Amino acid sequence: MSTAVQDARYSWGGDEFVFVELAEEMSLQANFRAMAITSRLRDERPDGIVDICPANASYQVHYDPDVLEPRALLDHLRDLERAVGDALDVSLPSRVLDIPVLYRDPWTTETLMKFRDRHQDPDSTDIEYAARINGYTDVDDFIAAHSGSPWFTSMVGFVAGLPFKYQMVPRDRQIVVPKYLRPRTDTPKQTVGYGGCFSCIYSVRGAGGYQMFGITPAPIYDPTQSLPDFTDFLVLFRPGDIVKFTPIDRDQYDQAVADVEAGTFHVTAHDVDFALEPFLADPDGYNARLLEVLG
Amino acid sequence: MTGTIEVRKPGLSTTVQDGGRPGYYHLGIPPSGGLDQYSLAAANLLVGNDPGAAALEIVYLGPELLFTAPATVAVAGATMQPRVNGEDRPLWESFDVAEGDVLDFGYLTAGARAYLAVGGGVDVPEVLGSRSTYGLGGLGGFSGRPLAEGDVLPLGGGTGRAGLVVPDDLRRSMSKDVEVRVVMGLYDHRLTDKGRATFLDTTWQLTPVADRIGFRYTGAELETVDREPPFGAGQDPSNIVDAPYPIGSIQVPGGVEPIVLHRDAVSGGGYMMVATVVSCDLDVVAQSAPRTRTRFVEVDLDGALAARAEQRDRARRLREALG
Repeated sequence: MSTAVQDARYSWGGDEFVFVELAEEMSLQANFRAMAITSRLRDERPDGIVDICPANASYQVHYDPDVLEPRALLDHLRDLERAVGDALDVSLPSRVLDIPVLYRDPWTTETLMKFRDRHQDPDSTDIEYAARINGYTDVDDFIAAHSGSPWFTSMVGFVAGLPFKYQMVPRDRQIVVPKYLRPRTDTPKQTVGYGGCFSCIYSVRGAGGYQMFGITPAPIYDPTQSLPDFTDFLVLFRPGDIVKFTPIDRDQYDQAVADVEAGTFHVTAHDVDFALEPFLADPDGYNARLLEVLG
Repeated sequence: MTGTIEVRKPGLSTTVQDGGRPGYYHLGIPPSGGLDQYSLAAANLLVGNDPGAAALEIVYLGPELLFTAPATVAVAGATMQPRVNGEDRPLWESFDVAEGDVLDFGYLTAGARAYLAVGGGVDVPEVLGSRSTYGLGGLGGFSGRPLAEGDVLPLGGGTGRAGLVVPDDLRRSMSKDVEVRVVMGLYDHRLTDKGRATFLDTTWQLTPVADRIGFRYTGAELETVDREPPFGAGQDPSNIVDAPYPIGSIQVPGGVEPIVLHRDAVSGGGYMMVATVVSCDLDVVAQSAPRTRTRFVEVDLDGALAARAEQRDRARRLREALG
């Protein structure tokens, strides 16, 4: 895992956005630099900032040019880039969340069977295909890998509250799966999906191009804010959240759904600090310590 | 007393929209709000509301609405003849409706989106500071969705008066041939010089895929630069590591059929964006109906800021004319 960083690339997005690409390729370091720069900017909150959007290896700022002079903002973002540098000495507050997953569930399986004509391998299910092209002899081993190490929420978006999750393992162990050849017109809500090097959880039902591996009973978006995890805000995930996927069976899934319906379901979450350098030095050891909070 | 609107026919896709819901895009919640903010403001100012008050955005085909109490209303934007109990009423001008009156609309003859403002505004609950509907997320507006037959919309108390008129020179003109100013950038380095020239020289045609999320155009294929895909980007030359999408950004999946993302945009994804529409020209895109011939005209940042200042001046004159 190289730690040399290239200069960021800055671009105007019309008259109201500045777009900043920290690296062309994905890495946890590029993401963490985006988090570090945007969290500094968020703490400062200069007048005229509308929104600060960290993303996988980039970020954007939505601003009001009638309040904040665009070139002054750009200069300031360059200053922040220099101050954060390679982000090795940066530590940011985060959370570890336990997300239960019913892999190979009946609902995503039924959906994926409807869209075999849009898939690379019409004779396999999505997870069978992903396991095979990543060198796993069977799907159980693949599930063990997908659920065995934690994931870093590198971006929240596409649609409301959808988390992109980046696997916290060295690159040679990362799962990589292409998206569908042509997007589906349907994806069940709370599907655990995979595209490129990212896992995601679909927050709402709708179109999608990520491979479908399973489903979580945990609500992650509640526009009516009626469930207990959503009293503060209607979206569960924040950029920077660390997630452990825990495989569950059908009985556990049904119980969790019953708890959601009864209004008693909670996602287990603990506050932690995440620091880049000790993680890069010993990913497996660092992850094991991170996950101790889940007991 | 405040009344309600009963929806007798919903129209094609009628939603409650206001000035928008800025500040939550980092969690995937787009700004939403009226796609043509200028026409929304005109309709609101005509009935004595704030320019960003909640009104109805009407797309292509108008609804049929029953008023349960007297109100002052106005319609601005697309040319779609308003009628009260079957009798024509003017566009860009406030008029009264009485208890029991039925408001409906003739066929669309120009533009794409009309805004119906009611004195006092549409009084659905605010969600995250806005009454706008975000349909993909089922958020805000009336139950988070377009209106349906039988819905009853609460109205705020208003003090508008009939007979206010938007002067001709302050009405938005509608055309089937439009120019949309853009700032090039973002991932336009993924295009060859030829691809970039094709983007700016082509007269694009709007396809029927044109909604609050995005407007898709057809017309040419853009040549991209060859490369080894960076880790995490995907194999297609138009793929990037999933990045944030500015409102108004123009993405070109596979190098064909550019999509202008609008105010209900998906907030990020893995397709190269090559330019961004200047914010005030998103109104022009909003009033484009399918088959509208569209040229993307390059401006630099200063040109974009000048366009913005011009629009602000126009909005000020509109407020003065109706104040």
